[in-house]
Amino acid sequence: MAQHILDFEKPVIDLEKKIEEMRTLAGTLDISDQISDLEGKIEELRLDIYSNLTRWQRIQIARHPDRPYTLDYCLNTFSNFTELHGDRMFRDDAAIVGGLASLGRYNVVVIGHQKGRDTKSNVYRNFGMPNPEGYRKAKRLMQLAEKFRKPIICLLDTQGAYPGIEAEDRGQANAIAENLLLMSSLKTPIVVVVIGEGASGGALGIGVGNRVLMLENAWYSVIAPESCSSILWRSWDFKEQAAEALRLTASDLVEQGVADRIIPEPIGGAHRLPNEIFATLGKVLIEELDALAPLSDDALVAQRRSKFAKLGVWTQDV
Amino acid sequence: MAWFLRSKKNIEDNIQREIPDNLFTKCPSCNEIIYKRQFEEQFSTCHKCDHHFRIGSADYIELLFDAGTFVETDANVRSADPLNFIDTKPYSERLADAYKRTSMSDALTIGYGDVLGRQISFGCMNFGFVGGSMGSVVGEKFYRAAKRAITERTSLVVISTSGGARMQEAALSLMQMAKTAAVLGELAEARLPYISILTDPTTGGVSASFAMLGDINIAEPKALIGFAGPRVIEQTIRKKLPEGFQRSEALLKNGMIDMIVHRRNLRDTLSAILDRLHN
Repeated sequence: MAQHILDFEKPVIDLEKKIEEMRTLAGTLDISDQISDLEGKIEELRLDIYSNLTRWQRIQIARHPDRPYTLDYCLNTFSNFTELHGDRMFRDDAAIVGGLASLGRYNVVVIGHQKGRDTKSNVYRNFGMPNPEGYRKAKRLMQLAEKFRKPIICLLDTQGAYPGIEAEDRGQANAIAENLLLMSSLKTPIVVVVIGEGASGGALGIGVGNRVLMLENAWYSVIAPESCSSILWRSWDFKEQAAEALRLTASDLVEQGVADRIIPEPIGGAHRLPNEIFATLGKVLIEELDALAPLSDDALVAQRRSKFAKLGVWTQDV
Repeated sequence: MAWFLRSKKNIEDNIQREIPDNLFTKCPSCNEIIYKRQFEEQFSTCHKCDHHFRIGSADYIELLFDAGTFVETDANVRSADPLNFIDTKPYSERLADAYKRTSMSDALTIGYGDVLGRQISFGCMNFGFVGGSMGSVVGEKFYRAAKRAITERTSLVVISTSGGARMQEAALSLMQMAKTAAVLGELAEARLPYISILTDPTTGGVSASFAMLGDINIAEPKALIGFAGPRVIEQTIRKKLPEGFQRSEALLKNGMIDMIVHRRNLRDTLSAILDRLHN
């Protein structure tokens, strides 16, 4: 399978190729010392590259085509995943998936944006950009979760809600708004994790939780840097500046009080060692659910409301 | 013309100066000549085709409230530029310009007053202030107006007009959607009415949060209302948009709003609704 290599990963990949070459050329010669030397260098280099990523580089990792998506977590972090379909009003939106799942001692409802991996599946998933029926499916599943007192886990990974004629006619704005209102009032724990891209109201439409976590290389903002560049700079060429200005990485969002916790990824990104991130997320989610479990229904709602009420920065002269 | 090629310099410069300074103006919709007095008598609408010119919060306050009863609150809540955002120009400079040019404190004015003898908690957005965009200040003021409605047991009425979230406050502006929706949950639990009035244009993060969440959603005629802006949609689908798309009349047909009300009837309609919902 063709490997997708990001620009800034090249030095590491080059060294790895060199080791391969040396192994082939060496034949029976013992060069294990040189090789382990080089391997040490690779690790150093990788660490160096990945501890100094620019915001734009992190976005590349968040968009890596091999990055785990919602259904990968559903099948690997959770057990007994049973997918549920449909908004009961119009149709099933494949850009938002959801269902019943187990995690440790918890039975939960998992909901998330779902991207495709190739052209065909991306057309089916609408590139992870939901229509109103996707948000309404999410709403139905969240109401189901509350009815049966199950915690809700939402996994965010979208470039935004789909901007189309039919989406507008069927009330995209209304569908998102209704979810924000519902989620703020649900009497069950809600844990939100931004696993990849969190762009705009399309992400927030399933993103109001008691806890908001972000994977280390995920990003979350009001707009994608490309669109921000085209609007504010009136050109597509300033996406890297826009990414810096928007301060959209996990650590930025913790600083702004929007995210509560960063979930560390394997060096090189979640796609490099998917099993590691599947396990880490499971462990973190159990910790979060354990911490929320003692709260009463009313306390859960009050905590969620006050968390969002506090967000924002303003001044007020007396 | 593609929107990224537009000749106007900045979004916030894009204020439609539709209010005539002179003795007469021409209706941009039907080209009728409208004299200033006619214009004022018709609440800044065209007497011939009912085109609703964009007006600001001061005009709406005059239109809705019993004379001398409106009290503005929280006008000293100001944006703090939390991210030190700089694009082609620092956000702090954009704000300074907007304060100077509009003499408004932000894109939302809030307060309370009497409509035909009944006190309401009120908010009105200002499209002239950075495109009516919602940042921390709009979110906080909306929150306070809703909280005041709960404390004083009045209804909440908010007039929206907005290009969406304020990009210069990035994720914090996005979170205002959740903040405003969440406080409406509290208002609902207190069983107090929230009437949302959508005017031209109401798009983006404002439409996808508090503007669409009214117990009753009212729109002015032919207002552009939607989540994605028409230019973005055209670019995505590479097709020309149908006539009347995302206009009040289409939203009424699609079931997204309760009614379309001419500006001249706004006060009476509002009062009649509150008479029955909140007595």
